[in-house]
Amino acid sequence: MNIVVCVKYVPDSTADRQFESDNTVDRVGVDGLLSELDEYAVEQALQLKEKNEGTTVTALCVGPEKAVDAVRKALQMGADSGILVSDEAIAGSDYVATSLVLAKAVEKAGAENKVDLVMCGMASTDASGSVVPAMLAERLDLPQVTFASVVETQGDQVRIKRDSDTATEVIGATMPLVMSVTDQTGEARYPSFKGIMAAKKKPLETWSLSDIGVDASEVGLSVAWTEVTETTARPPRTAGEIVKDEDGSGATALTEFLVSKKFI
Amino acid sequence: MSEVLVVVDHVDGAIRKPTFELLTLARRLGEPSAVFFGSSDKGGEAAQKLGQLGAEKVYVVDDTEIKGYLVAPKAEALAQLVEKTSPAAVLFVSGYEGKEVAARLAIKTGSGIITDAVDVEEGGVVTQSAFAGNYTVKGKVTKGVPLITVKPNSAPVEEVGAAGTVEEFAATISDAAKKAQIVAQQPRKASGRPELTEAAIVVSGGRGTGGNFEPVEGLADALGAAVGASRAAVDSGWMPHTFQVGQTGKVVSPQLYVANGISGAIQHRAGMQTSKTIVAVNKDEEAPIFELVDFGVVGDLHSVLPAATEEINKRKG
Ligand SMILES: Cc1cc2nc3c(=O)[nH]c(=O)nc-3n(C[C@H](O)[C@H](O)[C@H](O)COP(=O)(O)OP(=O)(O)OC[C@H]3O[C@@H](n4cnc5c(N)ncnc54)[C@H](O)[C@@H]3O)c2cc1C
Ligand SMILES: Cc1cc2nc3c(=O)[nH]c(=O)nc-3n(C[C@H](O)[C@H](O)[C@H](O)COP(=O)(O)OP(=O)(O)OC[C@H]3O[C@@H](n4cnc5c(N)ncnc54)[C@H](O)[C@@H]3O)c2cc1C
Repeated sequence: MNIVVCVKYVPDSTADRQFESDNTVDRVGVDGLLSELDEYAVEQALQLKEKNEGTTVTALCVGPEKAVDAVRKALQMGADSGILVSDEAIAGSDYVATSLVLAKAVEKAGAENKVDLVMCGMASTDASGSVVPAMLAERLDLPQVTFASVVETQGDQVRIKRDSDTATEVIGATMPLVMSVTDQTGEARYPSFKGIMAAKKKPLETWSLSDIGVDASEVGLSVAWTEVTETTARPPRTAGEIVKDEDGSGATALTEFLVSKKFI
Repeated sequence: MSEVLVVVDHVDGAIRKPTFELLTLARRLGEPSAVFFGSSDKGGEAAQKLGQLGAEKVYVVDDTEIKGYLVAPKAEALAQLVEKTSPAAVLFVSGYEGKEVAARLAIKTGSGIITDAVDVEEGGVVTQSAFAGNYTVKGKVTKGVPLITVKPNSAPVEEVGAAGTVEEFAATISDAAKKAQIVAQQPRKASGRPELTEAAIVVSGGRGTGGNFEPVEGLADALGAAVGASRAAVDSGWMPHTFQVGQTGKVVSPQLYVANGISGAIQHRAGMQTSKTIVAVNKDEEAPIFELVDFGVVGDLHSVLPAATEEINKRKG
């Protein structure tokens, strides 16, 4: 089985994330890492590898040069090889352009050995669009089984459980396909010392746009199909009123607050 | 005036409230036409309500061939409808399905997409909230037909009394779109409480409940609220995952959010920070949740909540 896992490099969500003067995310000034939710996709890919002999797992990331850290983390966890697609022209890409670059990279990665499974996280932790996997499926003309909370495979048959908006569903499809997994699939492993050492010797390639046959004029901020006109930091919340509960005073104060706001 | 398509979110004909909010927003961009995937009977019934709340037209797309599959067939049908109607925009409810149908439609129609909008203004300016509510972002789609997914509770529901004229639309669905099959489906049990994402008030509990959600549920019922939970409460098995609020759960933005025994981790905040009014009950005065609140009580939820519930019920008489 040939698996490509898409991992995004995101600003640390515990750091002070911000926008730059051109309204793009500051991806250079803030420490970045492998989007936490993509670790679950790497984990599921590695579990499939353990169950299916001859499986290779390739970690694929589209991002700035620093994003190589995200690929490296996936290699340390156990992925076999890594690809970073990096090109200045990509900066500021929207969903449509990002999915184009990913799709072309998946095609190149599968040029010799067809890709059976493209795995994604359920959302990035910075923009949390949750749309890139569906776009990838559309571009690659593949079925999508997305937001999986449980993943089962048998040969090329895939079944997932999905907590959709109004029902819990079981979805079935045949590989090749695009899958996204949620954090319900189970804890992701930490890289072991051995894994960290081994990762240093694993193949890691950097591709530019021309390597994957995408023209610079198709991606990036200037041609985005969506335009951000304004980003404003939310004014800090005015400090709320905090009371200490003493002998039931808290309940009364709470009730009074709710009445004053007309919730009762 | 050009049409604005509103994709109806419904369960077996029962339309979910966010659809009506979309109709209000659609009227700012043009003339709302609802798109209903379902049987023509159910479509006819739905059209009455949809008309009342703003839809001039209701396209009914027979879903016999579609409903057994995930996402792709709906995107295909919508692409054909977009081709036919050249709408000024297509609006979706920001849930898993709405977002993914919009995503595939974007690629099919060569259109830009904006997700998780909290407002849509005349001229198509869309407001989003970013980084767990710390930023407000305004933007526009500049190519193709603007595809916009909107979060629940982003607009009022307005009675306008539009025509709601039914028009059947026959879509052609390819075999390629019928590959991710819904093998089994278990509708969520009705809790008798409002739906989490739609509710005007949400009362949530976290690890601080110690597994006893009665005080949380009691307060929720006194306020007519939905019940939510932190991931810690879900991971402990106290509440089902469908109740989880946060980055990997539901994103809510009610009028009032009451967090009980919840510390206020960034991932939890991502799911509730755009709530209009935030209240917390927590026994630790240093808990980060207090940085967000309009009103907070430092105290034990097991005594504060039942006492408050009693007072509220008394006042309601
Ligand atoms: C606050 C904010 C709001 C935005 N809103 C919009 C918008 O409304 N419309 C729009 O077109 N663009 C928008 N963008 C831009 C968009 O976020 C980027 O195009 C982004 O690269 C892809 O979207 P995502 O991170 O939301 O991906 P998601 O769809 O959330 O990602 C899901 C999965 O896809 C894979 N994936 C996504 N990106 C990459 C990558 N670069 N490399 C490898 N794998 C990846 C990962 O497996 C990930 O878990 C927004 C950006 C920000 C910061
Ligand atoms: C990838 C990822 C995704 C995540 N997604 C989500 C998500 O979607 N939603 C989410 O909620 N979390 C999410 N988390 C988890 C998040 O980081 C926190 O661990 C979680 O929100 C903590 O839940 P809590 O506040 O209930 O528990 P804790 O952080 O343990 O806080 C419990 C609070 O209860 C208070 N307390 C204790 N006893 C009482 C009492 N008797 N009366 C009053 N107060 C009391 C304590 O003072 C404390 O502040 C995610 C984490 C990761 C890594």
